[in-house]
Amino acid sequence: MKSFTYERVDTPAAATAAFARTPGARFIAGGTNLLDLMKLEIETPPHLIDVSHIALDKIEATPEGGLRIGAMVRNTDLASDARVRRDYGLLTRALVAGASGQLRNKATTAGNLLQRTRCPYFYDTNQPCNKRKPGSGCAAIGGFNRLHAVVGASEACIATHPSDMAVAMRALDATVETVDAGGKARAIPIADFYRAPAKTPHLETVLAPGELITAVTLPRPVGGTHIYHKVRDRASYAFALISVGVIVQRDGTGRVALGGVGYKPWRVEGAEAALPRGARPVVDGLLAGAKTTHENAYKLPLVERTLAGVLAQAKG
Amino acid sequence: MQTPEEYELSRRGVLVGGAASVATVALVPAVAAGAATAPAATPTTKVSFKVNGADRELDLDTRVSLLDALREHLHLTGTKKGCDHGQCGACTVIVDGRRINSCLTLAVMHDGENITTIEGLGTPDRMHAMQDAFVEHDGYQCGYCTPGQICSAVAVLDEIRAGVPSHVTADLTAAPTVTAAELRERMSGNICRCGAYSNIIDAITGVAGAKA
Repeated sequence: MKSFTYERVDTPAAATAAFARTPGARFIAGGTNLLDLMKLEIETPPHLIDVSHIALDKIEATPEGGLRIGAMVRNTDLASDARVRRDYGLLTRALVAGASGQLRNKATTAGNLLQRTRCPYFYDTNQPCNKRKPGSGCAAIGGFNRLHAVVGASEACIATHPSDMAVAMRALDATVETVDAGGKARAIPIADFYRAPAKTPHLETVLAPGELITAVTLPRPVGGTHIYHKVRDRASYAFALISVGVIVQRDGTGRVALGGVGYKPWRVEGAEAALPRGARPVVDGLLAGAKTTHENAYKLPLVERTLAGVLAQAKG
Repeated sequence: MQTPEEYELSRRGVLVGGAASVATVALVPAVAAGAATAPAATPTTKVSFKVNGADRELDLDTRVSLLDALREHLHLTGTKKGCDHGQCGACTVIVDGRRINSCLTLAVMHDGENITTIEGLGTPDRMHAMQDAFVEHDGYQCGYCTPGQICSAVAVLDEIRAGVPSHVTADLTAAPTVTAAELRERMSGNICRCGAYSNIIDAITGVAGAKA
């Protein structure tokens, strides 16, 4: 690991001010992803700004009837919150499908959204990777890519986003609240939060350098049956091959978002009108334009069959 | 018959001796390289925390993980380094009542916190109920993952009591219960290469039953 200097800050303003003083610094909260990458020298920040003690660790009701989740709320606490379990079951289901108990005790809401890909070529510093080293190429294209994206990928990168939580947040229409280095706050719909890889896969979100996530808000509960079905190589503690999160109402209408298929949690609102007619017509719209390799082509039928199973389960 | 303490000492002696001889060889080129190009001063930060009830103060290279602080600086070698990437759970300790992977966190981020390692749960003379149960149920073979398994298991039972849901909890609005399925799921972050899983689940179930 490269040497770095370290400071702890207590407010978002102090965090962004610290960033302005130290170009190239990284914020650290749970650290479960960043430190892993620093050990491998994939991330080499000269300075760490510890934001884990900023008092953004509460889950509060909003005037609109939703919830405002502080950026530092731990995954365990978010999954355990009685309001989340009752009204946003999909979120709890997605959270507890991810990582291990130990990791969920450290991982934060903001950090979970900012997780970097688990593409093995991103992790292997002996391999070309446009995300790790822009312009070096992509070893996953033409390599072992059964875990990789089938939608939204580019000639430069076919990595997937690893988060389960983000899939639920996308289905729930969450909004990411931030504050930038100038102290200006903004709210970003999660649908607009992740950047497509295109020719710059190293740029993964729309956050500006030094912009800090302060909260994630959820709109009013929408009711319905919430199911998160994650398909993985082992029964627990593994990243998704694909995952399907649904909210289904009694009349068969609803929402669906996917994990493990693209650079972001994948949802196509226009495809959801077909939900009462079953999985096939939904997937036709949801995965329209999918590009597969011989190793990850299985993801298309797997999504359709998983969605069919989930819709049958929702009917009870 | 050997007492546990004697066994511990003799095994430790062999391991330390082995490591020292390797280090002697490895250090020579490193020192030479260091002399040629004097490196910039390594940033350090002071940190104070409580470990197993005792106040400890360290001035650490910022890069030192909590795991390395415990093992290399405080010589609490009960906590084990397995993968060092949060994948195996051997380094599990309890910080402010919660189990975490000590390898994936910086020691300097834990200023003012309360850390419990396997040494703080119990001693050979006064073992924690979970340690007793692992012995009783033969919940290990080589023992390398055991400190992490035991710290994790103690915290798992607390998590179930606190109502933390898991992937296999059927009803999210009801309190989770201690079942084998719940324990298997909740312990999935602790890998055992020897495959002592079924006995580990028996041990945890035994402790949960005794407390119920």
